[in-house]
Amino acid sequence: MMPVTAREPRALFGTLTWALLAVLAAVIVTHATYTADLSAFLPRRASATQQLLIEQLRSGPAVHLIMAEISGGDARSRARLSAELAVLLRGDGAFASVDNGDAAQLARDEQFLFRHRYLLSPQVTPQHFTVAGLQHSISDSLDMLASPEGTLVKPLLVHDPTGEMPAIVEALGAGRAPRSASGVWTSPDGERALLLAQTRAAGSDTDAQQTACETLRRDFATARARLPAAERAGLALEMSGPPVFAVDSRAMIKGEVLRLSAVSATLIVTLLLTVYRSAAALALSLVPVASGALAGVAAVALGFHAVHGITLGFGITLIGEAVDYSIYLFIQSAADFGRAVWPTLRLGVLTSICGFAALLPSTFPGLEQLGVYSITGLIAAALVTRFVLPHWLPRTLAIRSLGPLGGRLAHAVERLRAARTVLLVVPLLAAVVLYLHRGTLWSRELATLSAIPAADEKLDERIRADSGAPDMRYFAVVSATDREAALEAAQESAARLAPLVDEGVIGGFESPALYLPPLAVQRARQRSLPPVTELATRLEAALEGLPLSAARLQPFLLDVEEARTAPLLTTADLEGTSFAPAAQALLIGGHTGWSALLPVSTSGGDELSASAVARVRAALAGAAGLNAQLLDVKGEADRLYAGYLHEAVALGVAGLGVIVALLLLTLRSAARVARVMAPLVLAVLAVAALLALFGRPLTILHVVGMLLIVAVGSNYALFFDRSSAEPERGSLPLTLASLLVANLATVIAFGVLASSSVPLLADLGSTVAAGTLLALLFAAALSHRGLA
Amino acid sequence: MRGEAQRTALAAAWLSLACVLAMAADTASLDEVLGLLAKRRHGHVTFTEVHTLAILDRPLESSGELFYEAPDRLEKRTLRPKPETLLLEHGVLTARRGHRTWVLSLQEFPQVVPFIESIRATLAGDANALERFFTLGFSGSVDGWSLTLVPSDSTIARTVKEIRIEGGRADVHTVRITQTDGDASVLTIGPEVDR
Repeated sequence: MMPVTAREPRALFGTLTWALLAVLAAVIVTHATYTADLSAFLPRRASATQQLLIEQLRSGPAVHLIMAEISGGDARSRARLSAELAVLLRGDGAFASVDNGDAAQLARDEQFLFRHRYLLSPQVTPQHFTVAGLQHSISDSLDMLASPEGTLVKPLLVHDPTGEMPAIVEALGAGRAPRSASGVWTSPDGERALLLAQTRAAGSDTDAQQTACETLRRDFATARARLPAAERAGLALEMSGPPVFAVDSRAMIKGEVLRLSAVSATLIVTLLLTVYRSAAALALSLVPVASGALAGVAAVALGFHAVHGITLGFGITLIGEAVDYSIYLFIQSAADFGRAVWPTLRLGVLTSICGFAALLPSTFPGLEQLGVYSITGLIAAALVTRFVLPHWLPRTLAIRSLGPLGGRLAHAVERLRAARTVLLVVPLLAAVVLYLHRGTLWSRELATLSAIPAADEKLDERIRADSGAPDMRYFAVVSATDREAALEAAQESAARLAPLVDEGVIGGFESPALYLPPLAVQRARQRSLPPVTELATRLEAALEGLPLSAARLQPFLLDVEEARTAPLLTTADLEGTSFAPAAQALLIGGHTGWSALLPVSTSGGDELSASAVARVRAALAGAAGLNAQLLDVKGEADRLYAGYLHEAVALGVAGLGVIVALLLLTLRSAARVARVMAPLVLAVLAVAALLALFGRPLTILHVVGMLLIVAVGSNYALFFDRSSAEPERGSLPLTLASLLVANLATVIAFGVLASSSVPLLADLGSTVAAGTLLALLFAAALSHRGLA
Repeated sequence: MRGEAQRTALAAAWLSLACVLAMAADTASLDEVLGLLAKRRHGHVTFTEVHTLAILDRPLESSGELFYEAPDRLEKRTLRPKPETLLLEHGVLTARRGHRTWVLSLQEFPQVVPFIESIRATLAGDANALERFFTLGFSGSVDGWSLTLVPSDSTIARTVKEIRIEGGRADVHTVRITQTDGDASVLTIGPEVDR
């Protein structure tokens, strides 16, 4: 296909080496694993201080929860659909639990609590069963009997006169469960039926999560089809939660990468065809790009266990820079490429490599991949342009002469030069804008990088509020050597947190020890229960003066006697209740030990105040031998991100330093280095100021984008420098024409990226498209007088 | 034969006309009473309550004060024998006794509705709320009326047989709740407390 005309052995050698490496890279690329799991790229749930916890939280309770709402129709059809759907889902292996508040589920939970009430109730102590204790608690129960809620406790009174059930329900938190209507959970306004499903697969297993989401949608359709036709109308399903987000964002990134690559490839091909008016030249100019992309992906595949979809997205950036190389080759001087263009291009490539090398030491997982990809890709593209492509050019290759265009450009440059003093305003204006926006300049939240569209975030917030699901932001994390010890630590922490709930410092907390008390606690409670004869005597005395006779409380005596010798509660007893998935989610075992998570809720609003955090920390820190701490998941993740951001800025500055050193070494003139660097620095400043002006806080991707401005822009500045310092090398008009075409290609590639709905890609695109355009303009304006 | 049949038919016609007229009169009075009740924006009265429960050897007696703010805030503050506060606000019942606080939504626990929402809805003259759960019966006159609520909701019907509220004009005098198991409570409302 390619017009290979090996004119000398060196050319044959170059072509053979290229072919061999290309085949090798292709093999690696086809065998590589690809991932689009955003959490792998962005440590959304992370703790810098507790690496262990990152893993735990990744597979922890929050990431498995799919929240589904059924809207439309009337309350009865929604309830029937919810019940039908729950039955279908419970029969599917993909879900660990499905809760919709149906009567059967509630009955199972209640039965579990009732049967084990003397092991579960926090008020079971020896004092509770003394004459005074009995009198007090029975008297309380009678008060309740005469109140509106009396109807709820009346059936239980003869079994539970001491009020263990109300005590347990109070400890579990009455406000925990969502509202109910027509026998199933609903939103508070009753307009939507609510169903919560925990998926069984690991949070990072996006394929399995996708299957679970699809199953839910399919079962919804099946359940709806089973309703009478009249009831079906208008019933719709909405879903949210981390599994849904993971699946949706993967699909979105995949789609975006394909779409954007196609669009920018089409636009760049059109540009090059317009410029070259030669299909052969176009085909040849794509060789370095394709080689670079292939080499880049292969290098990442070799260096990392999986190639991220986002890294492929950045591949578009490579089109932007690598296509420049062939543009310089074709437009400037194909014949004299080695002498006239290559030294400058080589320096430009080296400059870019220095810039990207700064990314390599990054601890932000995505930046490392980006660095490896770009460096390998650029080296490959440059080497192909220098050592392979020139030998392939057919003698007859004729592209449109760009001399006239270059001439006009030279005049334009002259006019720009005349107005160069205006450029003095750029740093001044930029400084003022940056100073005014100094407070909001940097994005502090990791969530700003998330690929989740705002509409989906809104839906998530609504369903979360409807379900009363804790936002899983704050956890008291207790660690211990084994499960039992973790439960004991949870029990101890709960005792320390309880006073804070009474004071209103925190809204409440959950603990697995509430429905699975440590064995020691269960044993102590069991030992508090007096033998039946003793209890009967005390009961007789306790009922003195109360309008209730002991004869009526025989069921109570029998139940207590049974509870005294009943086996202690284990995980197996939770089976079938909604406490089973909760216990599974909040008790996490690893090879280093066990942790219990106690989700802590705020007493209102999204955040705990600093003083509340301090109070909780102090409460948890007080006990000897208790390894408990408060974890603010969002706070930790944001801190981690802020760390990455600082690191990226520091690395970027270091990269800039290396570039300056490289230029000083090569150009051996401080003035020339200054002239090369000035437009780049000005472009970066101007872009930063523009972003601040448009209210876009700078993220880590903007920092990477600025690095790219320097990398790509340095080529422009270096060609202007060459034209003034060594005018005998290369024609000025052709150089200008090639720079314009190269810049257009870059602006197209990144401009397309800027239109992406994935914030990561959009941030990068807008920064580089604007920055490289400015870099070219500034480089032209600041070019040396001797140019024309 | 024929004359008798005619007379019977005539009597039946008269009877049904009388029924219709009586019902219309009742409906008119019910509407008038509810209208009078709805006009009342707030109230502060004393109460005594007697619960008669089969399981107990003697009735439970309590007394205290009722506070009402139209349309949906009702507070029942029991002072004797033990202090207790019940607050019904926007369909959520908060009960405070001793150090313990209970919060439950009536939407979730319709069983609780007859024991407190019936009183609130009557005080508010809220015919819609009453008719959502009960079939209404009215007798007497505007000056001395008796309102009977029979549960139409199956959940409520399981526990409550009938609620009978008696009063005159915009004043409620007694609320008697009879449960299906024979347990009953009578709430007697005293005069308005001066502020």
